[in-house]
Amino acid sequence: MSQDPTAQYAAIDFTPLLQFSDDEVVTHSLVKDVKLPSGKTLALITLDNGRDHTRPSTLGPATLIELSGVLDGLTARAAAGEIAAVGITGKQFILAAGADLSKVGEIPSKDAAKMLAQLGHSTLGKLGALGVPSFAFVNGLALGGGVEIGLNSTYRTIDTSAAALALPEVFLGIIPGWGGATLLPNLIGIENALKVVVENPLKMNRMLGAHEAYELGIFDVEFDHVNFLEESLKWADGVLAGSIKVERKNAPGRIERTVKWPVALKIARDTIESRLGTVPKSPYAALDLLNKAKDGDIAAGFAREDEVLADLISGDQFAASIYAFNLVQGRAKKPVGAPDKSLAKKVTKVGVIGAGLMASQFALLFLRRLEVPVVITDLDQARVDKGLAYIHDELQKLADRGRLSRDQHNKLKALITGTTDRSQYADCDWVIEAVFEELSVKQDVFADFEKIVSPEAVFATNTSSLSVAQIGAKLEHPERLIGFHFFNPVAVMPLIEVVNAPATNETTLATAMLVAKNLKKNAIITTDSTGFVVNRVLAKVLGEAMRAVDDGTSFATVDEALAPLGLPMPPSELLDLVGLKVGAHVLDTHHAAWPERFYRSDNLHRVAELGALLEKDGKGKAKGVSRDAERLVKANLNPGGKPHTREQVLQAVQDGFADEVHRMLEEGVVAAPEDIDLALILGAGYPFQMGGLTPYLDRVGASERVFGGTFHSPKIVGAASREAAAAAV
Amino acid sequence: MTSEVYFVDGTRTPFGRAGEKGMYWGTRADDLVVKATVGLLERNPQLPKDAVDDVAIAATTQTGDQGLTLGRTAAILAGLPTSVPGFAIDRMCAGGMTSVTTMASAIAFGAYDVALAGGVEHMGRHPMGLDADPNPRFLTEKIVAEDALFMGNTAERLHDRFPELTKERADFYGMRSQQKVEAAYQAGRIQPDLVPVAISSAEGWGLATEDEGRRPGTTMEGLATLKTPFRPHGRVTAGNSSPLTDGATMSLLASGESVEKYGLTPKMRLVNFAFAGVEPEVMGLGPVPSTEKALRKAGLKIEDIGLFELNEAFSVQVLSFLDHFGIDDDDPRVNLWGGAIALGHPLAASGPRLMMQLARQFAEHPEVRYGLTAMCVGLGQGGSVIWENPNWNGR
Repeated sequence: MSQDPTAQYAAIDFTPLLQFSDDEVVTHSLVKDVKLPSGKTLALITLDNGRDHTRPSTLGPATLIELSGVLDGLTARAAAGEIAAVGITGKQFILAAGADLSKVGEIPSKDAAKMLAQLGHSTLGKLGALGVPSFAFVNGLALGGGVEIGLNSTYRTIDTSAAALALPEVFLGIIPGWGGATLLPNLIGIENALKVVVENPLKMNRMLGAHEAYELGIFDVEFDHVNFLEESLKWADGVLAGSIKVERKNAPGRIERTVKWPVALKIARDTIESRLGTVPKSPYAALDLLNKAKDGDIAAGFAREDEVLADLISGDQFAASIYAFNLVQGRAKKPVGAPDKSLAKKVTKVGVIGAGLMASQFALLFLRRLEVPVVITDLDQARVDKGLAYIHDELQKLADRGRLSRDQHNKLKALITGTTDRSQYADCDWVIEAVFEELSVKQDVFADFEKIVSPEAVFATNTSSLSVAQIGAKLEHPERLIGFHFFNPVAVMPLIEVVNAPATNETTLATAMLVAKNLKKNAIITTDSTGFVVNRVLAKVLGEAMRAVDDGTSFATVDEALAPLGLPMPPSELLDLVGLKVGAHVLDTHHAAWPERFYRSDNLHRVAELGALLEKDGKGKAKGVSRDAERLVKANLNPGGKPHTREQVLQAVQDGFADEVHRMLEEGVVAAPEDIDLALILGAGYPFQMGGLTPYLDRVGASERVFGGTFHSPKIVGAASREAAAAAV
Repeated sequence: MTSEVYFVDGTRTPFGRAGEKGMYWGTRADDLVVKATVGLLERNPQLPKDAVDDVAIAATTQTGDQGLTLGRTAAILAGLPTSVPGFAIDRMCAGGMTSVTTMASAIAFGAYDVALAGGVEHMGRHPMGLDADPNPRFLTEKIVAEDALFMGNTAERLHDRFPELTKERADFYGMRSQQKVEAAYQAGRIQPDLVPVAISSAEGWGLATEDEGRRPGTTMEGLATLKTPFRPHGRVTAGNSSPLTDGATMSLLASGESVEKYGLTPKMRLVNFAFAGVEPEVMGLGPVPSTEKALRKAGLKIEDIGLFELNEAFSVQVLSFLDHFGIDDDDPRVNLWGGAIALGHPLAASGPRLMMQLARQFAEHPEVRYGLTAMCVGLGQGGSVIWENPNWNGR
């Protein structure tokens, strides 16, 4: 380290930041002197916000300013020879959960955003400039700034029971900017740092376990919880005495910096581009910082982080990301419109109608999550046996991977049965169908089973395109029927659309919401309206894409036109993923419901008949639209159609989205735009940087163009946009 | 079938003042046991953890964080394999001592090879007698005097019974305990068996490394001014009594064969032990009959005992023992490094504390062959354990 990286902040007055933190839950920096076995004194800082572990300590401006003052005091004590070291740890189970995100959204300007970045650097950086060594004793959860407390310290120990460690910033649209992007690669090497800073956040915010973090080299030593602090203090004493030598085997050497560094970054950049496109800013900002960190100049790295963080914090993507994060963390867990859960019926036995792949996946999920008897059935024993074999096979795989203990495995095997004897459904409280997607089939199946089950048993249908009310038309008790729409793959996708049909009663709805929760899924409640939420939005984007294609626009142009949205995949790949027949059917269904707004495409049916839209390489990766498909479409263009420009395609989709979402809200399909965003994030993987959908539609002006308003007031945009808007007035 | 029984090692937490201002107010009782256990196992790494045959933990008030079959819960929480069983013991103040004698008995019988025996009392969280519901017959049938249920009153009763045991003698004994503990601390004799404990409080994390209740500056003048809370114009004060204390102790016992097998270095050999009863209202006298009984069983006389570790529940109660056996109040063989008046008396944890202190004195005194650990027990009991010094040089 060439110079004290905090020197550049010495003259800054940070008190203006206190203006927007008057209701901050301040994490206090409590100090106690600890006598080490050698007799030396270590000043131990405990970060504690005075709340229990359900409200993790966070690092807001007031917290940082207090910590900064405490560290100044300890620097003076170190200079006076009163203390030999400084330790920093957290309250029970928690070190710190990083910046207080509820406050970051209120940052008024880009200047303030930069000041916040600088305050973090100035404060945490002092841990590396005390005049005596500092030790971070990471006793529990450490996220973002919590991890950076450790990185700025001279040494680090970790409690093996720590719940999670992560630098989740990139997931939220920013970068680890209190030293993380600079210090981490210089501590654990570029490949490990890429994993922690970029790869994990982009894998649905994957976090590190304590041991994993130790193995990566983030920590110098790990100790069990039982005497974590005692051992950490003893270890610190050994380090101070020189009897313990700290080796950092993953710290980068000269060859890594010159050779490995650029290669690793190139690979990472290519991977992210192919997965996410180039719309989200934070991953690329992080890559850039990690790249530059190879110079090992910490002070310069801190200054770079300040600039980038100021940009991102004041930008629209971060505002949308925080909005999305809060939806996923909050609204998803307390669904709007759910009746009191005391109304829910207890589900003690589940019946699945069908034994095909979908039915078997349902059975497996209910079995694993509810741990109640589950019975499957089909037309003949051979199909039932096939379904059972699939389920047993999947359970065996889980057991082989250590995910199920022997007892648990035996328990689940004993709970799953298959039968052609429908009388075994008599005591099921919950019956879900996974039969052919045809109205009369579903109607008859439920009518038949109604004769067997109790009058109170709940019926759930997984229909994606039929009317739940019509499915229940032949039921004596249609109030027991509810739509329960999963997304593929059932085990992975977190969303269930719970369709509250006109006849559905509160008990049924409450039961469905509780079942969804117990399945560890997030449910949103929709009305019984075509496509519910997710398919209606997908039908819009696919319909507009096919309209352009049928008018003579190439698939490639359509895909490129929609790239600025930053959706998980272009329309051609989405069609390939959902299946061409399914895609064509979804368009037909929506067109039938609203012919003036939803486009249907005969060409899509033709390509479906042909078999494939995309050409793929040996690994199954799409190389582009197949010549045959292009030719087939070209031969059947809309009469009088003209190719659309990219701008036209993009605006048609944006405006179509705004119109359809606006209509859904007018119709009351869901309670609020938040529910639509949540559904799209959880059910279709719509990105945080769009805030799902509606913050994006507001910020690009589509809402204004289509209905002369916005979904959110004020718009969910960053401080920079707010400042620009104010300047324009 | 019989086997020799050795006290191999013992560790304890520093003892804390009970109550909200005490250092362990924010620390669970079971965690104190676990810390002592982990500390003991860590410094005896040659012992395989699965070799432990049983874990006995005593506590007087077995409820809440000091309940749930402490020996078993502590074994699990301390990281012993699930194959190691455990149980809980109660004989009030002699609980830990009874853990030792019970485990020792099993080893002597040949059922066990290695055992852990300890005790805990978090008197801040679990004041003595809290939630107790003494049978009314005790009083209605005058089975015991009312004084019997309040330890301070039993100490006043001893003063009544033995008028020669004056308040001045009691105060002097208390002052000497403080002075001897301070001297032992200065010489670093107490600290080696202490396991540091991380302690949380509203002021943040800290580390307990020393016994908290010591008052090295105690003077006779100061003691004379203290109140007598158990009786107006009485004799028993905070200065000549053990304070309310939080703490845990743990000891490792092994058979002669196991000592060889695992290469352990025993600190004491168990000679014999006894428990005995007295009238509950003079419970402090209990160690007299229990010691006579233990000596008789061992075939020894009081003159054979070269070092005494007597629990100082109250000065008067120790003095009654010394008077009975004709030992001087300030005899250098008795509580060489002070006792519970200065260190504290976390009821069921104290027995093993006496033993680990005697064990260290044995190492310094190879001229001594036999030592005694003894203590009084609520409801009129005494417990005495006689130990032999493996370092005895035969002179």
